[in-house]
This record gives sequence, structure tokens and C-alpha cells, in this order.
Amino acid sequence: MNPAFSVVFLTTLIGAGQGLFLAMVGVEAAAAAHWLDAPGTAFYVTGSVLSVLLLGCGLLASFFHLGHPERAWRAIAMWRTSWLSREVIVLPAFIAAVALYGLLHLLDHDATLAVAGPGVLLCLLLFWCTGMIYACIKFLQEWATPLTLVNFTLLGSASGLMLAAALSALRGDGHAEVLAGWALGLTFAGFFTRVAALLRNDRLRPKSTLQSAIGVNHPRVVQKSQGFTGGSFNTREFFHGRGPGTLRAVKWLFLVAGFILPALLAASYLDGGSNWKPVAATLIQFAGLVAERWFFFAQANHPQNLYYQAVS
Amino acid sequence: MTQLALVIDLNVCVGCHACVTSCKEWNTSGEAGFMADDNPYGRDPTGTFFNRVQTFEVGEFPDTQTVHFPKSCLHCEDPPCVPVCPTGASYKRPEDGIVLVDYDKCIGCKYCAWACPYGVRELDEHQKVMKKCTLCVDRITDQSLPEAERKPACVLACPTNARLYGDIHDEESIVSKAIREAAGYQLMPEWGTKPANHYLPRRAPALQTAGVGATANPLDIDGPMPQATEGRP
Repeated sequence: MNPAFSVVFLTTLIGAGQGLFLAMVGVEAAAAAHWLDAPGTAFYVTGSVLSVLLLGCGLLASFFHLGHPERAWRAIAMWRTSWLSREVIVLPAFIAAVALYGLLHLLDHDATLAVAGPGVLLCLLLFWCTGMIYACIKFLQEWATPLTLVNFTLLGSASGLMLAAALSALRGDGHAEVLAGWALGLTFAGFFTRVAALLRNDRLRPKSTLQSAIGVNHPRVVQKSQGFTGGSFNTREFFHGRGPGTLRAVKWLFLVAGFILPALLAASYLDGGSNWKPVAATLIQFAGLVAERWFFFAQANHPQNLYYQAVS
Repeated sequence: MTQLALVIDLNVCVGCHACVTSCKEWNTSGEAGFMADDNPYGRDPTGTFFNRVQTFEVGEFPDTQTVHFPKSCLHCEDPPCVPVCPTGASYKRPEDGIVLVDYDKCIGCKYCAWACPYGVRELDEHQKVMKKCTLCVDRITDQSLPEAERKPACVLACPTNARLYGDIHDEESIVSKAIREAAGYQLMPEWGTKPANHYLPRRAPALQTAGVGATANPLDIDGPMPQATEGRP
């Protein structure tokens, strides 16, 4: 596929916003169970504002993907069959839940955990919807695996927790190390499942061939003409137009920037270090995850490309 | 249940692109508005087409066959592009099985094109909506036309009669008979989309099957012909 930056930023930004919300709820639940000290209202309010901003920017980015953004409201119609429609419903609902969560903290209301419960449900539902948009297309074999859902969830959560650790470190409220530890764990888990997806995809055999595409069984079939001399939607939308070297480079870039460097920074922060470490880890990891998402799209090989291999 | 479809005979198609141009002519002139056609005589022409004719070479030189292969929306009986549409703009008409896009509801998210393995949906760069073959729905249902002309523009244009049109659920229709008698097959059956459009496979020349004539025909190693679908296509 040809990665669209609107969708790359939509999925990475909302993932970070979702992870940040999960981090706040995790801290609040741990504080309620007296495992942690309560971090104070400002942590939750700042975190909620930041989370709403990330989710809102993601939503905004998604509009750039549309040919008719003014009709976007129509996308709530087909929730019975379409994962995209479900995401369009769940995303604003989750933004509202996060905003309410922050507002209740701002007002020092004691119903915050009661809102956090449905909020976490919506958050997980959103990860599920976003992942299923890609995982449900069975002939995009690189995407059609439960690992897609797992990776969207783990990578989004890891980047949000890292952001929470950075926020806490900058505020100096004493929770940064715990949060960095959680972020480290999720980054490790995400590393393993993402590498698992890479290994799986390396072993994929395309189910569709030129033979099944045109229904000729001969072992040697070569396209001589795709039927037009210039480009078309079909030649622009489904291939990234870059060589395998670029793809390999982006793969190593996201493995290093999305996982290894932030994990090292978080680990060294746990050993005691300056507060810029979780901040740097957050920024590097987010850039790495943008590269990861670009690669996710670019690696998917659409069977329609079988029909568009030679101009003439 | 009616399922209108095209059956394309690969023995007869000569790759003249008359179906492509007549399709564009008819569909760019209709109520739905024009189809994008940018730089038609420039360096990088691009535009929206519902129908493409592609050419493939089968076999190793000198034992080759040239296969001209027209491709448009196959109006799948289980279309993967329809359930993914978030707005309901993509739909399959229950009365005749045609898969259509409501251009007034389409938000141009391109998800349906991602969900089509055949690459037959093209986003119109000017109207910013997804377009695809309508089986000339505005023509085949037009009661003011003589009945013989109530056929898709591509079918009427084909000079070699390579394109048949009819209801594949009617066992006596010309398309059902063609599928039954000439082993009509579907594209990419591996995805279970059950395309309504079928293709009639290349046959070895009659002289060759009779044991005389050319022996160096690449279709010799073409393996078994694709199987016709059981019973109703």
C-alpha cells in the first residue's frame, strides 16, 4: 500500500492518547489501592488535556484522508458491518470520556474512577476497532492477523505510558519511575509482538498469483500492458513506489527508535537519571512508531497490484 | 433472485479497447457527472475508467499466446467492498445484484478500494468520490430505449462479441449457457468473493485438439481447464 500520512498520524496519535489515559487510570487505581501516593489533581488534568489534544489531532488528521470531509458525519451509519464506522463512533465517545475524566478531576469530584471504568472499556474498544479496520481485510495478508490488533494496542499503550512518565518527570511528582517501568514493560512486550509480526510476514506466501488473477494456469504469465500509459488511482494508491532498500532501512529505524532506544533510556532512568530521559524516550519512541506505522502500510502487498505491473 | 453480469470470452477478445472508450463515453456523459480525464494528451495522462483492457503473454517465446484481458467490476455475489463502507454509499442492489456507489453519500475514504482484491474501484480526482462500473445501470433500465439497446455500452461496442450480458441466475440465459458449456470461471476464487462476472477460458485451436496442426501451442502445458461452477453459476 502507499502509506497515507493522514492515517499514519491518526493511528499513532490516538494510540498515544489512549495509552496516556490508561496510564492515568493505572496510577489512580494504584493510588486508590494505596500502592502509590496520589499524584495530585494537576497530573490528571494536564494528562487529560494532553490526551484529548492527541486524540483530537488524530481525529483532525483523519479528515485529511477524506475526499469529502464535510460528509464525515455519514460514517456513523454502517456500524453493523463496518469497523471503520465503529471507530468513527467510538473515537468521539472516548474523547468525551477522557474530557469528562479530566473535568471531574479538575472539580475534585470523587466519581472519577466511575468514569475511568467505561473510559478504559472505550479505550480498548477503540484499539480493537482501529486494528480490525486493517485485520479484517483477508487478502491483505500482512494485516490479516490477530497480531495487528495486539500491536496497535501494545504500541499505542507503550507510547502513552512513556508520555505519562515524561509528564510526571517534568512535574517532579514522584511517579515518573513507576510509569517509566510500566512503559518499559509495554515497550518490551510490543517489541516481541511486532517482531513476531515481522517474522510471520516474512514467511507469507501470497495466495493470489498472476495465474489466479487472470485464470490462466500456465506457469509463465507476464503482463505486457496494464491498459494505459500514464498513472491511475490503481498505480498510486496501492504501492509506495520505493525500493526494498528503503523498506529495510525504515524497518531497522523503527526497531531502534520505536523500541530499543526508548527502552534503554527508560531503563537507565530507572537506575536514577535526569528527567530529560523519559522526555527524550517519548519523542524518539513516537518518531519510531510513526516509522513503524509507515512500514505497516508500505509492507502490505495488495493483490490488485498483480494487474498493474507493466505500462506497455 | 437476479444477478446481472458480464461473461467475457478470452478466445474472442482482440484487445481493441472499444469497450473501454464506449464505457468512458457513456458514463462520462451521464447524470452522475463527468469522469476525470486529466492531461489526456500531455506527459502524464490520468483519469477514471470503469473498464480496462490489459494484455498478458502466456508461455515462453516462441511458443506464446497473447491474452487480452478486459477487467471491470465483477459485481461479486459476496462483495468485500460493501460491508466495509462506513456510510452505506457502497451497496449491492437486491433486485439485480449490481454493486453501486451512491456518489452523494460517498466520503472518499478509499476503504472500499482497499477491500477490493481486483482493483476495479477508482477514486475520481475531481469529484473525490469512489467510482466503478455500474453495468450501465442508467442504460439497461431505460425503458425509452429499444430492448436490444438495453445493454451495457461495452457489450454493444464489442466488435467481436466477446462480451455477453445477462442474468447468471437464470439457467436459460445466454451467460449461464456460456458458463456451463465453455467452463466459465471466476477471478481469484481463493477469496470467496463469488464474482458474478465470468471469463471463458482460452481453448486450444480445433485443429490441434483433433491431433493435426500446430503442436507447439503453449496451452498444451496449461494444465486442466478451470472447472465450471456447479449447477447455478
